[in-house]
Amino acid sequence: MLTAEKNAMVEEIELLVAKYGKDRSALLSILHEIQKRYRYISEYAQQEVARMLDIHPVEVYSFISFFAFLNSEPKGRNLVRICKTISCDMVGKSAIVKTIERELGVEIGGTTKDNKFTVEYANCLGLCDQGPVMAINDRVYVKLTPEKAVKLLSEVK
Amino acid sequence: MNIPGKTERTGPVLFSGYKRGEAITKALSLSREDILFELKDSKLKGRGGAGFPTSTKWMLVAAAKGDKKYVICNADEGEPGTFKDRVLLMEYPELVFDGMVIAGYTMGASLGIVYLRGEYEYILKSLEDYLEEMRKDNLLGNNILGKGINFDIQIVLGSGAYVCGEETALIESLEGNRGEARNRPPYPVNTGFNGKPTSVNNVETFAAVCKIILNGGKWYCTFGTDKSTGSKLFSVSGDCEKPGVYELHWGAKISEVLDLVGAKHTKAVQVGGASGICIPKSQFNRTLAYEDASTGGSIIIFNESRNMIDVLKNFMEFFVEESCGQCTPCRIGNSKLLEGVELIEKGEFTFNYINKLKDLGRTMQVSAKCGLGQSSPNSFISILENFKDEVLNKSNGGRNGR
Ligand SMILES: Cc1cc2nc3c(=O)[nH]c(=O)nc-3n(C[C@H](O)[C@H](O)[C@H](O)COP(=O)(O)O)c2cc1C
Ligand code: SF4
Ligand code: FES
Repeated sequence: MLTAEKNAMVEEIELLVAKYGKDRSALLSILHEIQKRYRYISEYAQQEVARMLDIHPVEVYSFISFFAFLNSEPKGRNLVRICKTISCDMVGKSAIVKTIERELGVEIGGTTKDNKFTVEYANCLGLCDQGPVMAINDRVYVKLTPEKAVKLLSEVK
Repeated sequence: MNIPGKTERTGPVLFSGYKRGEAITKALSLSREDILFELKDSKLKGRGGAGFPTSTKWMLVAAAKGDKKYVICNADEGEPGTFKDRVLLMEYPELVFDGMVIAGYTMGASLGIVYLRGEYEYILKSLEDYLEEMRKDNLLGNNILGKGINFDIQIVLGSGAYVCGEETALIESLEGNRGEARNRPPYPVNTGFNGKPTSVNNVETFAAVCKIILNGGKWYCTFGTDKSTGSKLFSVSGDCEKPGVYELHWGAKISEVLDLVGAKHTKAVQVGGASGICIPKSQFNRTLAYEDASTGGSIIIFNESRNMIDVLKNFMEFFVEESCGQCTPCRIGNSKLLEGVELIEKGEFTFNYINKLKDLGRTMQVSAKCGLGQSSPNSFISILENFKDEVLNKSNGGRNGR
């Protein structure tokens, strides 16, 4: 990472600490925002957060490793998550997954070559009456058909 | 957002109309004791699944010693097949947040925290805006309605861990620790968030409190059964014509729900989500109530075309992924149960081994540290017992099964 980028990140983390507080209980919110902004929480970011909250960096890493939404390695620019839980499973999530895998040339859990998409499974997204359900980043899409899913993905920048 | 907008909902209690601030105004004219009495009269039990009496929990927090106290709204809704809290937050925030203010007043807390599951981030903005309106109307903030009460609400997003719906795991994650459940006792009512007395309640519980304060505990008891008073929101999904959220009296029969949602050729109903129990046709006259088929509200319907071993496998995979891994009965137990399901799927099981796994499940129910591992064997045991003919005796054509 360039020094200028690093400095910009440190400034951002400082702002987050100012917003959420220096207490350890700010960790969830601070990491959530870093994740949202950079799509992953780099080792450098982890160290900076730890320093500012006065905890050991490994505590930050341990926290990140616990949560599905936080990751310490970069993923694709857009995160596609398809619900695989029972109610979506019963209304055809498999067809959606197969189609997406084929169209994007990637297997579930993987990232496309152009780094545009990471495709994953999600557990129940709380829209079980409107399945199949898929999330692209923090937006959700319901009542999918394979065709509709592909169209939605083609609209992503 | 492409979620359908506000549909006209009707129901006996929660879906029956309410004006923002009504219940707060009423509550602030009452003493704390009066509110607790009213709640006691209502016999309201927590709507998050465990069914602990709300008045008792609030009384314990109100009586606990602490310079600070907290009210936490558990909006981590992650149980498969549950989505009623999302509907409440999106369409009836007035009931939920007014309930939280009443909780703050009653227990002497000055901060409320909504723990919103990360998957619901798309409703965060509308909730923040709503809270801002409440502040403008002096229903939140300092000196609420001029009554000298201070209470504010902040929203914290979860980060994709089902176990963080468990109240002590939720508190751990709020404190900046891995979301691993704590040993209980002590309970959050004494040593909750940051070691202070804390009441954790489900979204729907707060909504019910509003209606109880407005109309009285006695009125609330006119709905439901003697032991399960009031109404309940049910999240219905699976094989039916009209899935969605329904408000019904407690004590409704499963068969009534099936008629209501247009379910045909139903073979099984999963009550209570993946951690609930699977009920066969012969028991559809059972009632939805704490004293019979108890549930946090998830109802998943399976018709005759469904293979119950597929269903069970889906549930067990869920638990293997979502176990926090802290205690052995749950971490290893769920993997073993899933392996057993895979053996059944392949037709390579022995009855002897399956019986051992059921015993393992019963051991988990009593030995796991938190509700996740205590309830994850429920579907394993109930599906293998209630659908044993289909699952073990013929369908998969296993060598032992034939
Ligand atoms: C694994 C697990 C997940 C849970 N998830 C939720 C949840 O998403 N929402 C909820 O209100 N309660 C959930 N609970 C129950 C809470 O621990 C707690 O009992 C509840 O929030 C108390 O609120 P109530 O008394 O109003 O029901 C969960 C429990 C377990 C064991
Ligand atoms: S029962 Fe499961 S989720 Fe609960 S503490 Fe043990 S391992 Fe963690
Ligand atoms: S099962 Fe897919 S959203 Fe609940």
